[in-house]
Amino acid sequence: MIHVPQRRSWGFWLLAGLSLLTISGCAPKADSRTEGRVVLEYWEKWTGFEREAMARVVDDFNNSQDKIFVRFLSVSRIDQKMMLATAGGVPPDLVGLWDVNLPSYAENNALKPLDRLAREAGLSEADYNPVFWKLCHYRGYLWALPSTPSVVALHWNKKMFREAGLDPERPPRTLDELETFNEKLTRKNPDGSLAQIGHMPQEPGWWLPDFPSWFGGPSWDGGNRLLLDAPPNRDFFAWLESYPHRFGGPELFKLRGGFGNFASPDNPFFNSKVAMILQGVWMDNFIRKYAPEGFSYGVAPFPESTAHPLAPLTIAQTDILVIPAGARHPREAMEFIAFVQKQKNMEALCMAQRKLSPLAVVSDDFYRRHPHPYLREFQRLSQSPRAQPTLCLPTMREYSNDLIIYSNLVLLGRKTGEEARQEMALRQQKALTAKLDRWQRIAAVRTAKWNRELAP
Amino acid sequence: MEPGVGSVIRPAHRSTLQGLLFVAPWIAGFLVFNLYPFCASVWFSLCDYSVLSQPVYLGSKNFQDLLHDPVFWQALKNTLLFAAVSIPLGTAVSIGLAILLNQPAGAQGLFRTLFFLPCLVPAISLAILWQWMLNGQMGLVNMALRPWFDGLNSLFDCSLRPPDWLNDPSWALWGLILTGLWGTGQAMVIYLAGLQEIPEELYEAASLDGTSAWQRFLHVTLPMLSPVIFFNVLMGLIGALQTFAVPYILTGGGDGPGRSLLFLATYIYQNAFDFWNMGYASALALVLFLMITVLTLAAVRFGEKKVHYQGR
Repeated sequence: MIHVPQRRSWGFWLLAGLSLLTISGCAPKADSRTEGRVVLEYWEKWTGFEREAMARVVDDFNNSQDKIFVRFLSVSRIDQKMMLATAGGVPPDLVGLWDVNLPSYAENNALKPLDRLAREAGLSEADYNPVFWKLCHYRGYLWALPSTPSVVALHWNKKMFREAGLDPERPPRTLDELETFNEKLTRKNPDGSLAQIGHMPQEPGWWLPDFPSWFGGPSWDGGNRLLLDAPPNRDFFAWLESYPHRFGGPELFKLRGGFGNFASPDNPFFNSKVAMILQGVWMDNFIRKYAPEGFSYGVAPFPESTAHPLAPLTIAQTDILVIPAGARHPREAMEFIAFVQKQKNMEALCMAQRKLSPLAVVSDDFYRRHPHPYLREFQRLSQSPRAQPTLCLPTMREYSNDLIIYSNLVLLGRKTGEEARQEMALRQQKALTAKLDRWQRIAAVRTAKWNRELAP
Repeated sequence: MEPGVGSVIRPAHRSTLQGLLFVAPWIAGFLVFNLYPFCASVWFSLCDYSVLSQPVYLGSKNFQDLLHDPVFWQALKNTLLFAAVSIPLGTAVSIGLAILLNQPAGAQGLFRTLFFLPCLVPAISLAILWQWMLNGQMGLVNMALRPWFDGLNSLFDCSLRPPDWLNDPSWALWGLILTGLWGTGQAMVIYLAGLQEIPEELYEAASLDGTSAWQRFLHVTLPMLSPVIFFNVLMGLIGALQTFAVPYILTGGGDGPGRSLLFLATYIYQNAFDFWNMGYASALALVLFLMITVLTLAAVRFGEKKVHYQGR
């Protein structure tokens, strides 16, 4: 028979006491700053100086009024964590995502449409550079507002240009010229391996899905069809295939194997392994931090297959602020977003992160005080009528993943450009069709829900 | 006994109830965290489900798609090839190490500790460490191999080079198998315990019969060690089929060159949390579950014939 003690031992009370202490330790601490205020949970992806820049804006907001308190938190893998928190019914009030997240997150009912809240906050299309305003929309709804934007441009190492006998102030103006420069800038070791290269599409390869734009057209018709069989994509894959033919696939991979981390002095652009790269406005931050002293670089529009000197082509991207579906305090969250969108605050944030401004009006002070030596060039590119939003497919993760894999196989010489293009077209069209079928099944219900939310 | 209770519940039932009460927390945990997710996963495998929308019944479509998905077949091939090579190799290396470390020698304890130490390194740190070790240009593995290749090149007038382990689709999987050997210490310790359980008289009797060391290994050590080998191989098989963390980190969350490091577990994760195709991910998970079950049952059936418990 089991003996059940009638009196609790001292051990029981000790355990109970410890448990109580532990549980009370887990409870949120009372904070005098939040007393009587609505507390907003704001998750952001940034770390380091980018986080600090937004933390200052958050502090300014918290000090500017006494009704709302924003609790700011840096979160890794934020896209996944936000989706899971939303699925679990406990989303934060505000999240800093990337523009490419919008289509899949909007269709999956993870976001709150912001048209009405933005209108009530006095924000409209006229306040923004059109390309960034466009990036915040999907299927006719406004899902986000920009935080810090970027456009991409060719960056070239002037010292390597000089060493190759090229004019360091004269970037290539067409893709053919880029490849001529590439040949001149490429050097080999005595054993035949590559010591450095002029350009390599896969370094860093972050805009591979957008590359066909420089060959004359996009990769998606914006509806049901991918345009992987259109001439710009055929030319793009043929261009990729030309690399192993000219430089040798294994040699290219061997050279790449020696590239260090992006955010380090071993970045191949800083240590003169790659002379020309496609990069965003933020690159200057890393150049200042990691490049050797006296590192000299230039910035220009990335060359197209056909030169278009009056209106350069660029790809625009933006970090965005969204309100998850089911957030507890959407109005207060929009108050904070509207605060960030004010010219003074937005310029302070973008300057601290050394990026350009997404707003239509940019102050002289912003240009004067901004530390980026090529800010005007980037701002001019973003205002070009040919500035295009980055490709934002509902299947963006699958698409990017496949493109990286196929481009590497082409680079290695394991597949021809044509084989890679055809296989990718087959797989990705199927994936897009499946996502669109899913959307068709729920479109009526979803749009009715969003319209109800947006009704006055 | 407390008054009244015994008159209502018979002693046999009472002890059953007490037993059930004690295991109730485990049963509740099993129902909530194992059985329910398993049943839900089976249901989702028949649906299109994006986590934030209601699942839509599709019948067997996910399974039909899976049959025609070349990436699934690639992941399956990688997973099976990895298991087929890494398990025998790991078993051979760990038995070999256990036998060496079972020999009476100085600093035996120190060596046993040294060989076991790598098992204490977390998988994430291990992956990052091997990312550097296997770097084609600056990695320690290739630095060690380079003089050998140079020697071969000068001998045979050829131009062989050490492989670019993590960038070449032909070598990436072998690089991963190499990293797996880093963790053989755990199996080695179990084999060491198994070796010490083998009665010395068996070796003495075999020696009196004039057997060689190799014959003693084949006819005494291996049969006597077979239950331990069986246990380690079974655990290794289940672990190899679920490989995720190390290749995921080694490839920076990707698939490796030419999808050579894409395993079924990674593909399930990608579909569930990167592509938000939870229905398809559930179908993949079900296939993986069935595969593990069938292979484990096959191993158990094989073990019934070939494993000698207590020398039987």
